[in-house]
Parts: sequence; structure tokens; C-alpha cells
Amino acid sequence: MNLALIVILPFLGALLPALMIRAGRNACAIATGSVTLLAFGLLMSHAPAVFRGEIVQVGWQWLPQLGLNVNFFLDGLGFLFASLILGIGLLIIIYARFYLSEKDPMGNFYTYLLLFQGAMVGIVLSDNILLLLIFWELTSLSSFLLIGYWKHLPEGRQGARMALAVTGGGGLAMIAGMLILGNIVGSYDLTVILQHAELIQASPLYLPALILILIGCFTKSAQFPFHFWLPHAMAAPTPVSAYLHSATMVKAGIFLLARLWPVLAGTDAWFYLVTTTGLFTMVLAAGIALFKDDLKGLLAYSTVSHLGLVTMLFGLATPMAAVAGVFHILNHATFKAALFMNAGIVDHETGTRDIKRLGGLMTLMPITATLAMVAAASMAGVPLLNGFLSKEMMLEEAVHATWAGQGWVIPLAATLGALFSVAYSFRYIAHVFLGPKRDDYPHTPHDPPAGFWLPPAFLVTLVILIGLFPETLVGPLVRVTATAVTGAPLPDFYLSIWHGLTPALFMSMAALAGGLFLIWRYTLVRARWQAGPHPDAKGMFDAGIAVLVRAAQWCTLSLHNGSLQRYLAFMVGGFVVLGFAAFMNASHGAGSRELLPATPVAVVAWLLLLGVCAVALLLHRQRLLALVAVSVAGLIVSVGFLYFSAPDLALTQISVEVVTTILILLALYFLPKETPAESDGARKVRDGVIATLAGLGVGALCWAVITRDFSSISTFFLDESVPGGGGTNVVNVILVDFRGFDTFGEIIVLGIAALAIYALLEGALHGRAGARLAAWVPDQPQSADRHPMMMVVATRVMLPLALMVGLYIMLRGHNMPGGGFIGGLVVSIALIMQYMASGFQWTARQVRVDYDAMIGAGVLLAGATGIVAMLWDYPFLTSAHTYVHLPLIGEVEVASALPFDIGVFLTVVGGVMLALANLSRLGSLSSHRPDNEGPMDVDPSAQVSSVRSR
Amino acid sequence: MEFIVASSVGVLTAAGVYLLLRARTYPVILGLTLLTYAVNFFLFAMGRLSVNLPPVISDEALGYADPLPQALVLTAIVISFGMTAVVVAMALRAYLESDSDHVDLSRSEGSEKADHS
Repeated sequence: MNLALIVILPFLGALLPALMIRAGRNACAIATGSVTLLAFGLLMSHAPAVFRGEIVQVGWQWLPQLGLNVNFFLDGLGFLFASLILGIGLLIIIYARFYLSEKDPMGNFYTYLLLFQGAMVGIVLSDNILLLLIFWELTSLSSFLLIGYWKHLPEGRQGARMALAVTGGGGLAMIAGMLILGNIVGSYDLTVILQHAELIQASPLYLPALILILIGCFTKSAQFPFHFWLPHAMAAPTPVSAYLHSATMVKAGIFLLARLWPVLAGTDAWFYLVTTTGLFTMVLAAGIALFKDDLKGLLAYSTVSHLGLVTMLFGLATPMAAVAGVFHILNHATFKAALFMNAGIVDHETGTRDIKRLGGLMTLMPITATLAMVAAASMAGVPLLNGFLSKEMMLEEAVHATWAGQGWVIPLAATLGALFSVAYSFRYIAHVFLGPKRDDYPHTPHDPPAGFWLPPAFLVTLVILIGLFPETLVGPLVRVTATAVTGAPLPDFYLSIWHGLTPALFMSMAALAGGLFLIWRYTLVRARWQAGPHPDAKGMFDAGIAVLVRAAQWCTLSLHNGSLQRYLAFMVGGFVVLGFAAFMNASHGAGSRELLPATPVAVVAWLLLLGVCAVALLLHRQRLLALVAVSVAGLIVSVGFLYFSAPDLALTQISVEVVTTILILLALYFLPKETPAESDGARKVRDGVIATLAGLGVGALCWAVITRDFSSISTFFLDESVPGGGGTNVVNVILVDFRGFDTFGEIIVLGIAALAIYALLEGALHGRAGARLAAWVPDQPQSADRHPMMMVVATRVMLPLALMVGLYIMLRGHNMPGGGFIGGLVVSIALIMQYMASGFQWTARQVRVDYDAMIGAGVLLAGATGIVAMLWDYPFLTSAHTYVHLPLIGEVEVASALPFDIGVFLTVVGGVMLALANLSRLGSLSSHRPDNEGPMDVDPSAQVSSVRSR
Repeated sequence: MEFIVASSVGVLTAAGVYLLLRARTYPVILGLTLLTYAVNFFLFAMGRLSVNLPPVISDEALGYADPLPQALVLTAIVISFGMTAVVVAMALRAYLESDSDHVDLSRSEGSEKADHS
């Protein structure tokens, strides 16, 4: 259980910084750090089990049909990565507290950081590749937020976008590869997949899956040719670079290579794809790093190079290469995070990261310089530091590897990479901290406060300690991790400083000497480099993106030209074509069901419907008339429902009809009263043809269906309604009980619709629309008698009756036609009548109910009814009913469906009233007449009293 | 009787679609309303037609109409009202903002939008 908590904690904790920032920057950092510390502590509580070689597992089924389970597992590999993510994360949180300035929104920063942290921990602990993919994408998204944290900088935004495009695109390939992998094995659980190496490698889909997964890994880990995004991501604040590009994000690709090592590695395809990419990236990026003047740029390319090194090692697919790779991951994380933090300090204190403007900082910033020298020396592979150990192991493996039959390729390239690595590492020392003191630093450099240098100092201490006592400190960790990578027992090995006079030692010495030589002759080397070609990856990327954007724009604009008429014609036309194709290709003749005889009344109603449809079509430009015609059609439809044994539908339809008509009338007050004739003949013919075909199709389909017999699943509802649902009105029981979840969803939709209307109309009070309303001149003569006394009195007398009827209809709904929907509509109509008769202002003063709160209360009540069932371990919305004997009244049924129906009722009343009341508010605003104080124009009671007082 | 129902659904659909394709918001709203009637009645008719057999359980009943399509359509009617109301509010707001109730973006507005993207 607490394994899952390690993943969940950062996500939950992400809420904290945004709140805690109100309590100050320290409180914010402490809160964030505590979350990470807690997660780290939980992780450590599993350490004994992991070191015993056990695998800690926890899981729940999420969507078992899809093979998607929330399964987590922790073995050596996951443990190493999770410790790096959380451990370095903690240091970064401390460091960022001092790095970020007063102006930077720190709460946002820590929130993004924790989101990212959770996603990363999720990746390394997932035991389900679908779940892993979700976290994988989450890291792409959250790293986008982090890299683009300084939104005001164009480089930040561009870098973030590039990182998202490259890693997100790779993520898509990864999804495809993972799905293939899961398909081959028949399970998406990693622990299962890892058991099936032979099955996977024998599959014809092995190669496509491998390539797709490698694209995902290589984009994430910035391997050639996807390496270009990482240097641009350096526009991020330094804590982000230190975190993402030393220990976490870019290591995710490496992690996955290691994770899937047992099933994917060992083939020729794996060897050539992974080793070659890694080797090439290692040498190329190390070479570029040497000539970067931006401190972080240098470190970025160095990171790419070191990732290439690890990739190359995993590509070799020997157990010792895996050991070396794992060890280097650990070492690289320590010295690289320290160096990034160091670069941040230099930048912060001197005001520049440009190496050409630096130099001679040794005496000015002694602490910073010492830390940088140790870390950079480790990066160079100087003996007695941890970088030396793993680089030595790498070279040892390279000596034994052959590439395409050639034994010299890999050792030579590896030495060359190491040589460049020495050179840029020493450049970091020599050109920044050594040399003469300068007098043109942007700020006066001095060592930062302790909180700023302590995190890198901690890491540098690790660098030295691991370098001196490798076996004691990290031997067991490397062993348990490498075992998890290879999935098999490891050969005996011992992490030590001295291995004798091995070829690797000579290669190492050669690299050191060569690297120092390059730095000694740097000006010359630099001139040679400048003369060579420098392909601009960013330019190519931007050009590629521009082409894509233009293509998408052309495609969108030629389809979406902004004409609703065109969209609708295409859409309906398309449906007609598809529908007819399907209809004609199936048996579509009339069935043999016994038909009902046509009654004369029905024929009259039918003719009336045809008539009003004709009126609506021919005279639709006269808007009021068209509305009347449509309303009559609606009435006929409700009568039809009533006739064909659907009293609930009839009641609903007729009340909706009333409300809809009032609504459209209110809108028509503002809209033009006539539609101009603007469709030309061809357009009318086109629309006529589409409409006729659509009508014929729907009619024919309806005819073909309702003349056939069928078997319905409804017997279940009819049988179970009384015993199971406790109500005799089956329609209502279905709504509030059998399909209660649907209804719950639907009232939520209704509530959202009402709120959307509120937002739309509230917005109309301001801006251009507001100005137009303020200057509104009614285009029709208005009645002097705004609130006729007869109507006011009649509606007031009717109000209690109508409310009673509405409540009654709602309450009886379980057993007789009615229910929450209909009751709500009836009550709404009763209330609307008040607005109509007595005006908005007066009525709004009397009705002291927030309609939006009513919607919320309704939805909450309905939801609460469902949740109550869960308290007794029943599924959501399970209903219960019982019979209670009350004195005088007799047997009364109490069903839990009733509060649910009341919830429906409240939502309907709230929704309808919110919509209509807001429309009528617009009307009252535009009328420019004084508010009506009383309910009617002439208040008879006032006159009586004034007569008396006289 | 089945023919009356099927043809009515067809006519309502045709009238609704024709109005839906008009150039002003108001006929589009009315067209949508007519189409709603057609669709709701179509769905309801999928439970087949029956007279005097309301799905209310009682001892005297000779049989029951299919309650399931009725339940579906009942909520459909209410949701359609919500949809109509939103469309009406959008039409009204659009008219107040732009002084036109045409449903198409004018050509200049369309290209302006394209430039922004």
C-alpha cells in the first residue's frame, strides 16, 4: 500500500506549495521538501526487502478489460531510480529556494516540480506498461511547464515547446511499441512481460516493437538524432536543468532501456541500434560540448554524451556492461547535478554563464570553485573520484566489444569520447575558475549563502566517498540494481579503484593526456572547429514545424471556412449518404408485425402536423408565426406520446414545450422579427434535396423498424420494478433506480447547460453587447399596461396551486406518471408566470433563492443518495425501499429513490429558472422603464388605503 | 397507424433539416427544435407502438408498452431543452455582440481568425 503512496504523495503534495506560498517562501519550500522527504522515507522503508532481493508489489484493477491495472512494483532498478528522483529532488527543492528570485512565482514552481516528481516516480515504479505510458506522458507535460517556467523569455517558451514536441512525439511511438509488446505477450504487466523474453524475440513483431520503443527512449534521453532539444531546454531555471537533465527526465529513456533489457536485449538488432546510437551520440555530443561557451550548454551536451555512454553500455548487452551502466547512472547523477547547481551559482553570483566572460573565480568564490573542480574532475574521470570508476568499467567493456567484425571501432570511439570528456571537463575548471582575475564581471562574484552551496556540496561529498569506498558504499546497490536489469545472476565482481595495468587504464591515461593537450592548445583547436560545418538543428526543427503548421492550416481553413451552413450541409449530407448506403445494403422492407388501425383522430392530427410543418417551412421568415407552427407541432407530438401509452413523456413534452416557447419568445424580443430572404434558388434546391432525402431516410427507417416484431430487454424492468425498485411507474423506476447513474449524469449536464447560459447572458451585460442593451430601442410598440392586474392576480392565485400540483406530480412519480423532471418543469412554469405577470424586478425581489445554488444542491443531493448506498457496501446509487405504517395515514412507502428524485427536481427547477430568469433580466435592462415597485402597474390596495387616509 | 407515425417522423425530420440549413440563427433554432421532436419520437417508436398499455404496473393491465425507450426519451426531452436553451443564449449573445444574426463568419472575420492562429 505505501508503495503506491510513494507515487501518490508528490501528486497530492503538488497542492501544497500553491497554498503555502501565502505563508512565505520558506514555508513553501519546507512544505514541498517535507512531501518529498516523506516519500523518500517511505521508499527507504522498503530498502531492506529490496536488498534481500525481494520484489515489493501492490496493485488494483482499473480497467481489467483493457489490461490496464494500477500495479506498482519495486525492485533494485526501481529503487535506484526512485532514490535518485526523490533524493536529488530534495536537494533541488532546497537549492531552488535560494535560486529563485522574489519575482518568480515560487508556488507554481514547486507545484510543477512535485507533479514532475510524481510522474517520474510513477514511471520507475509502474508494473503495468499502460500505466507507465500515462506517467511517461505526464513527465512530458510537467517538464513542459518546468522548462517554460520563465514564460516571459521567448527561449524558455521555444525550448519548452521543442522538448514537448520531441519527447511527446517519441512518446507516441512508444505507445505503439508498448501496445505491440503487450499484444505479443498477452499481458501489459511488466512482471509478466519480463518473463517472456523468448516469446518476444521470436515474434515477427519484435523488430517494429523494438524500433518504436527505442524511438521513445532515444527522444527522451536525447540520443542522436533527437539530441537537439536538450540544449534548448537549458533556457529553464537552473534547478530545473539540474533536476531534469541529471537525474530524472533524460534518464527515463535509459531507465526503460534497462527495464526492458531482459526481453529486448541480446539480439543483433538491439546491439546495432542501441550501441551504435549510443556510441555516436557519446562522441558527437562530447565534441560539441567542448566548444560551447554557455556553461549550461556545455553541461547539456556533456549530459547527452554521458547518456550516450550509458546507452552504448546497455547496447552491449553483457551483464558486466549492465553493471557499468547502472554504476554510471548513479555516478553521473551525483556529479552532473552538482555541476548544474554549480553553474547556477556562478550564473547567480556573477550575472553571466558565458565562459568567455568568466575566469579567475578561484579566489573570489573559493567554495564554489572547489566544489566545481571536484565534480568536473569526476566527470573527466580523474582517479579517486566516482566518475573514474564507472568510466574505467565502460572502457573495459569497450575493449571486449566488436562492431561488425571490427574489434577496434568501439574501443577507439570510446577513448575518443573519454578524451573529449576530459577536455570539456577541464575547460569548465580552467576557463571559469582558473586564470587571471577579471574586472568586468556583471556582478561582483562572491560565494553564495550556505543553503545555496550545501546541496551541491552534499553531492560532491558523495562523489568523493563513492570514489574512495565504492564497494562499501554502493556495491550492494549496484549489485541489486544490475541483477534487476539483467534478470539473471551476475558474474562475480568487485567495485575497486585499482584493477591492475589493464588496457582500460591505458585508454584512460591516453584520454586524460589527449584531453589536457586539447585544453592546452584550445585556441588552435577552436579555430579548426569554427571552420567546419555546423548544421543548425533548431533551424531545421523550426522549418519542419513551420511546414507542418502550414499544412495543418491549409487543411483546416479549407474545411473550416467559418460557414455553419456549409458544415451542416456537409454533415447532414454525409449522414444521408452513409445512412442510405447502410439502409439499402440491409434488409429494409416492411416487417410483418400486426399493424394498429388508424383512427380518424389520428388522421386529423397527422394532417394538422403536415399543415404546421408546411407553414413552418413556407412562412418561416415570419418568425412569430413560425414559432407558433413549431409549438403546435410540439403539442401534437405530446398528444402522440399520450396516445401511444407514454403518459410520462406526454407530461414532460408538454411542459418542456411551454418553457421552450417562453424562452424563444424572450429571445425574439431582441432578435429581428423577420428573416431576410437571402438564399438563392440553387441553395434552396440543394437544401431541399438534402432535407427531403434525410426525411425519407428517417421515415423509411422508422417504418421498417416499427413494422417488425422484436424482443426487448424491458421484461426485466417490468418484472423487477415493484419487487426491486418499489414503484409501479416503470419509467420512473428506470430513471431513478435501474439507470440512476445515467440520470445523475443527465442532471449534471442540465446544470452545466444552465450555468453556460448564465455565463453567456451575464457576459452580455458588458462590452459591446452591454452598450447595445443600454441603448436599446424596442422595434415594436409596447403595451402601456405592463403588468395587467388580471394576469397578476390570476398568476398569484394560481401560484400555490401550481406549486402543489408540481410537488404532487413529483412525489407520486414513483407509482404514477410524474417524477422529478416533470414536477420540476411544472414548478418552473408556475414561477415563470410570476416573472411574466409581475415583471423581473419585482419577482426577483420576492424569490430569494439562488438558482445556481439550487442546481448545486440538486446534484449534491442526488449524488449523496448514491453515496449513502456505498456506505453499506452497495454499488453507487443502489436504492432501498421499505413500508412504514403511520397512524391515520396508513401504509406509506419510503424509498431511497425519493431523495434522488428530489435532487432531479431541484436541478430542473434551478436550471430552467436560471436560464429564463437571466433572459428576462436582459429584457428588463433594455426596457428603460423604472423598476416596478409593486406587482402591478396600478396597485388597488394602495389606492384603497390612500382613499381611507383621505 | 404505423405509417402515420413513420411519415410524421420523416416530415418533421425534413422540415427540421431544411430550417437547420438556413442562414440565420432563429430558423436554425426552430429547425433544431423540429429535429428534436423527430429524433425523440423516433427513439420512442423503437419500443413499437401500443395503445392504452402505459408501463405502470397494475393488476388490471393487459400488457405494458416498452418502458425503456420511454425512460431514455424522457431524459432526452429535458436535455434537448437544455441544448435549445444554450443555443438560444448563444444566438442572442452573438446578435447583441455583432449586430447580425447570420450563422456564418463573415469572410473578413474568418481570415482574421486564421491570421491569429
